[in-house]
Amino acid sequence: MDLGPHAAFIIGAYSVAILIVAALIAWVLIDQRRQRQLLSDLEARGITRRSERSPERHP
Amino acid sequence: MPLIDLANPSRFLTLSGRILPWLSAATLIAFAFGIAQVIGAPDDYQQGATAKIMYIHVPSAWLSMFIWGTMSIAALGTLVWRHPLADVAAKAAAPIGAALTLQCLVTGSLWGRPMWGTYWVWDGRLTSVLVLFLMYLGVLALWRTIEEPARAARAVAVLTLVGAINLPIIKFSVDWWSTLHQPSSVLRLGGPAMHPSILVPLLVMGLAFFLLFFTLHLAAMRNEIMRRRVRTLMLMQADAAAGH
Amino acid sequence: MTALTALLVRDMRLAVRVGGGALVGVLFFLLVVAIIPFAIGPDLALLARIGPAILWLGALLASLLGLDRLIASDHEDGSLDLILAAQTPLELTMAGKALAHWLTTGLPLVVATPLLGLLLNLDPIATGAVALTLAAGTPALTFIGLVGAALTVALRRGGLLLAVLILPLTIPVLIFGVAASNAAIVGPIPFGTPFTILCALTLMSAVVGPIAAAATLRQGLD
Repeated sequence: MDLGPHAAFIIGAYSVAILIVAALIAWVLIDQRRQRQLLSDLEARGITRRSERSPERHP
Repeated sequence: MPLIDLANPSRFLTLSGRILPWLSAATLIAFAFGIAQVIGAPDDYQQGATAKIMYIHVPSAWLSMFIWGTMSIAALGTLVWRHPLADVAAKAAAPIGAALTLQCLVTGSLWGRPMWGTYWVWDGRLTSVLVLFLMYLGVLALWRTIEEPARAARAVAVLTLVGAINLPIIKFSVDWWSTLHQPSSVLRLGGPAMHPSILVPLLVMGLAFFLLFFTLHLAAMRNEIMRRRVRTLMLMQADAAAGH
Repeated sequence: MTALTALLVRDMRLAVRVGGGALVGVLFFLLVVAIIPFAIGPDLALLARIGPAILWLGALLASLLGLDRLIASDHEDGSLDLILAAQTPLELTMAGKALAHWLTTGLPLVVATPLLGLLLNLDPIATGAVALTLAAGTPALTFIGLVGAALTVALRRGGLLLAVLILPLTIPVLIFGVAASNAAIVGPIPFGTPFTILCALTLMSAVVGPIAAAATLRQGLD
């Protein structure tokens, strides 16, 4: 595929887009991992939400 | 299913957890189609292959405005209907909106260099997007500065709505200003009526980016719900430790 | 004297007192306009050409000063609670405070413009045009800034954040203010076109600003 004389700019633009999208995906995944980790840590220490402690009560 | 069912964060987590894999798959497929279309698209008679930058620049522009619209609806949810997930939706959308607006600016700049000979042009479109980007940064700053989540949500909601009211005014002002300061021939991006061979790839890429936003947004909302739970639990723990 | 008038008078009295910030705003305006030639160079033709822009930028920045204290000072000494609990609608109270702020900060800027126009080699018509546009536009800056003041009321160092939040929203005012000034000086568009839009912006912000500020305060302090 011939991108013409300005190929560098086309590749540059697409690279930036890929970078930004990748960064967004990474942010979401890393944040997810961190929150899950914190929640399981807290649960391990016995600190849970009321609704999880008494399953017979419905939110 | 009524909206109020979704108001329960736990229900939301369950439901969104089920939808998310499908959304992600759909996004990937859409991008696969989109890239294929872009590669096959014909070159513009004036710009050559450089016009291919349009297929990421224009969808980013669409999304930068759509996401502010999403945040505005969420803002109404917070202020008017007190929908519990509205805060979460607003906070999750902001970074994605800022990132895509930045993408719009950078790709526009890289498009401008071969086309207009300079990395930045103060034309109506790019300048409006720059102002929008600054407003996103303001929203992000406000989220970070107010500690208590509910208070932060309400403050950001007001700012978002004031911003939404201003966006058409800013767009109009900047367009007007740029025609005042520039001699006529501003390159029409894509031309007034787009040939299908250029329009179809654009629409597919647009769809792909929209699906990307929905996927990221949903995932980010789930993270935000978890983050708030962590905060609540830590506060409970601190309370217990203080002997309450 | 109604409650609203009392609030207006009180705000104005506080503003002109030492530490009130009224005259400091004008001083800042003068300083900003004075240092720009040091950066740009003494080319009188250039200064005359960009004079309206310099004056508008100086006025914009000077207006931002003291905005962060507008509501925060009431919050700190407890009078904000009284204002919130009062009979007078909060929107009107906010509008009143904005008016007081403009009278003590914005209006002096307009009055100072002719003197500063001399520094920038502006002819009388140009100076008059700029002063008129500032008179029409600075209220908009105050009303828009009111929203920022409400949003950052409880923050310790809210001043910079306030500027960050408010400046993008003031861009249309800046655009049409400078455009109207230049239209009066060189044309080709008639002065009336951008000037009426500027007035429209001010009127709009006079409505949206107090409403948004009141909504913020109601939401944020419970």
